[in-house]
Amino acid sequence: MDKVMDRYVFIENVSMEFTTKKGTFQALNDINLSVNEGEFVSIIGHSGCGKSTVLNLIAGLLAPTQGHLFCAGREIARPGPERAVVFQNHSLLPWLTCFENVHLAVERVFRSETAVQQEERTFAALDLVGLNHATEKRPNEISGGMKQRVGIARALAMEPKVLLLDEPFGALDALTRANLQDELMGIMKKSGATAVMVTHDVDEAVLLSDRIVMMTNGPNATIGDILTVDLPKPRNRLELAENKHYNHLRSEVLRFLYERHAKKAA
Amino acid sequence: MSVVSINKESLNTMEDTKVSEAKLAINANAANDGLNVVAPEEISIKRKPSQISINIKTFFQWLLPPIFGLLLLLAVWSLISSQANGLPGPIKTWQSATELFAHPFYVNGPNDQGIGWNIINSLTRVGLGFGMAALVGIPLGFMIGRFKFLNLMTAPVISLLRPVSPLAWLPIGLLVFKAANPAAIWVIFISAIWPMIINTAVGVSKVPQDYMNVAKVLNLSEWKIVTRILFPSVLPYMMTGIRLSIGTAWLVIVAAEMLTGGVGIGFWVWDEWNNLNVEHIIIAIFVVGIIGLLLEQSLLLLAKRFSYE
Repeated sequence: MDKVMDRYVFIENVSMEFTTKKGTFQALNDINLSVNEGEFVSIIGHSGCGKSTVLNLIAGLLAPTQGHLFCAGREIARPGPERAVVFQNHSLLPWLTCFENVHLAVERVFRSETAVQQEERTFAALDLVGLNHATEKRPNEISGGMKQRVGIARALAMEPKVLLLDEPFGALDALTRANLQDELMGIMKKSGATAVMVTHDVDEAVLLSDRIVMMTNGPNATIGDILTVDLPKPRNRLELAENKHYNHLRSEVLRFLYERHAKKAA
Repeated sequence: MSVVSINKESLNTMEDTKVSEAKLAINANAANDGLNVVAPEEISIKRKPSQISINIKTFFQWLLPPIFGLLLLLAVWSLISSQANGLPGPIKTWQSATELFAHPFYVNGPNDQGIGWNIINSLTRVGLGFGMAALVGIPLGFMIGRFKFLNLMTAPVISLLRPVSPLAWLPIGLLVFKAANPAAIWVIFISAIWPMIINTAVGVSKVPQDYMNVAKVLNLSEWKIVTRILFPSVLPYMMTGIRLSIGTAWLVIVAAEMLTGGVGIGFWVWDEWNNLNVEHIIIAIFVVGIIGLLLEQSLLLLAKRFSYE
C-alpha cells in the first residue's frame, strides 16, 4: 500500500522518439520519476525540452517508445478521466456554455448518478473556481482568465486521481496569472489532489510545488535535477518575496536553467 | 455576408428617416395650427437635426452606390436596346412584366402555364435534387473526413467526376430513368453533391486536435464526439458546401430544363425564344437572378444562426 502511495505516478525508463520527415527525433531519453500521492510536482525547462511530452505521456495521449508509466499502480495505456488535463489554451468547446463544458465531463465520469447529482457536481466545480455567475456564458463571452478557470473546473469536476496542468497560466497576463496561482493553491489544498504541472515560469514553480523537476535541453532531454521546495504551506507570495530560503530556491532553479543548461539563442 | 447586413442597416435608417420626417411634418402642422406642442414631441424635435444628418450620411454611404449601379445597368441596357434591332428596352420589359405577374398561376394546358407555376416547378426539382445530394453528400463527407482509408479510396473518383459538366450527366439520367423529370433532378443531384462532400470532409479534417484531445481525456463516447465536437465544428464548413451546392443547383436547373422540357423556368425561357418573346426572356433572367440571390441570402442567414462565434 505504502509503495503505491509513494509512487502514485511512476515513470520508469521512459524514452520517446518521434518520426518526422527528417527521420527519427529522440525527444526524451531515460526519464525516471515518481510522484507521491497528494504531491504537487512541477516540470520546468526551456521550450522544446519535451516537458509537455512528459505530461502527454502521463495523460496517455502519447505512448512511450520505451519504458513504462503507471498511475495508482496500473499501467497507463490510454487517456482517461482519472488523469484530467488542464490544457494550455483552455480547449473549451466554443459552442457550449461554461456549464455545458463542465457537464460534458461530469456526465461521462459519473454516468451512474442521477441528472440532479450531475448538475450539482457541475455547479460545485464552477463554484470552486468562483464562476457560478457565468455558467450560461459561452467561452468567447468571458476573459482569458475565466476560460482557464472553466478549464480547471472541468478537470476538477472529474475528481481525477492526478491533475495534469500543461502551462495552465502561460497565455495569461501577469496579474491574472498571480490571482489564478493563488486560487489554484487554495483549490489544491481543499481537494488534496496529486498534480503534475508543466511550466516555464520559475516563480510559479517555486510558489506552487513540493518538488521541481528540472529538465535538460532537447533533443535527448532527460531529468537534470530535482529540487525539493521545503517551504511551509500555505504560502503567501508577498511574504515569500522577502523570504531568504524562497529566494535561494528560486536562484537554484535559475542557475540550473541559465548556467548549467543555458539554451543557445536560436 | 456583409452586404446583407449593410443593406438591412441602411433600410432601417431609411425607415427612421421617413419616420422622423413624418414627425417633423406633423410638428410643423401643429405649430401652424397654433396647437400646444406636448413635451415628448419637444424632445424629439431637439434630437432630430443630428439624427437626420446621420441618416443622410448613411444613405449616401450605403444606399446610393448600389442605386447608381442598378441605374447604370438600366442605362446600358436602354442604350443597347435602342441600337440593336429587336431587343426590348427596360420600359417595354417592365410593361410586359406587369402583365405577366398579374396572372402568375394560370394554366392553359401542359405547355402554357403561369410564371408562378414555372418557378415552383423549378424550385421543386432543385429542392429534390439538392435535398438528396445533402442526404448522401454530408454523411459521406463526414466518413471521408474521419477515415483515412475512405478518403484515399474516394479521392481519385471525386477528382475524376467533379470537373464533369453537369449537363453531361443528363443523357445517363434519361437512359436510366426513362423520363425527363427524374433526369433533371438527377443532374441537380450530381452537380450539387460535390461541394457538400468536399467541404464536409475538409471540415472534419480541420477539427482542432485540442478538441479531439479533450474528447480522449474525457473518454467521450463516439456519439458524444460526433454530436458535441465533430458536428458543431464542421457545421460552418458544411454550410459553405450547402451554399455552393444550392448556387450550382440553381445555375444548372435552367440549362437542364431547356433540354428536358416540361414546366419550369428553364423550359419557359426556351419556349419564349421559340415564340420570339424576348421581353419574357429578359424577365426570366431577372427572375432567375433574384431567386438565386434569395436562396443564397437565406442560407447565409441560416449559417449565421448556426455560427457560435
